[in-house]
Amino acid sequence: MAGALINAPERAKRGEIIEIKTLISHPMETGYRRNQSGVRVERDIVRLFVCSYNGTEVFRAELHPAIAANPFIVFSTIATESGALAFQWTGDNGFSVTESHAITVD
Amino acid sequence: MGMPPSRREFLVAAGAAAAVASGLVISVRPARATPVAMRDAIGKVVGAAKVTPGRVKLELPPLSENGNTVPLTVSVESPMTPAEHVKAIHLFTELNPQPEVATFRLGPRAGRARVVTRIRLATTQTVTAITELSDGSFWSDTAAVVVTLAACLEDV
Repeated sequence: MAGALINAPERAKRGEIIEIKTLISHPMETGYRRNQSGVRVERDIVRLFVCSYNGTEVFRAELHPAIAANPFIVFSTIATESGALAFQWTGDNGFSVTESHAITVD
Repeated sequence: MGMPPSRREFLVAAGAAAAVASGLVISVRPARATPVAMRDAIGKVVGAAKVTPGRVKLELPPLSENGNTVPLTVSVESPMTPAEHVKAIHLFTELNPQPEVATFRLGPRAGRARVVTRIRLATTQTVTAITELSDGSFWSDTAAVVVTLAACLEDV
């Protein structure tokens, strides 16, 4: 169960800078914690987040264990044309989630 | 000197022993990045280039009650045009188990060079942001955060 939340405008004027808020549900286990028997808990984090706008990459974040659980990332892009914003999170243990957000540009 | 130590002597000696012991505890603590490790991590990113303070602004709360989630905003003064834009923003900590926090890669299509996220801080320390501009120059800013509840150290 990996939930992604996207908060971005559905309509924008051409050339407008739009803010995109993203949140992915993930524990971001650092790999530095130990359980009660003293055994190190394996690292399990989201390593990479990529946002593409109609197929062109516009933003990328490479993450390390110092990013808080449920990674929250806010960035911006210029509304160039109507279409779709595609979001992809990938990480340890084959973690992969994609999400898409439609935008109409006037 | 054959007398048993006075209360004062005993306390002084015990304090010194405790200081030595705690020093040992810290020195054997595993996997903690040091400012040297941070410098190495920054060196890997910037190479031989010079890093100048300025242009980039790193905002963190000066006091954080919970090191598990500390809000962070980083922004760079840049026109964000194809000719002159921010290529990347790198974040580092000096005292987390590893110095790297995140790298954001952006370009002229971002419109504005500003990223918000939430990070973990293992202890009171200074966070560093380094930005790489399209002309190849590197700029930095730092922010000191006092952390009252540390991240990373609790048991599962």
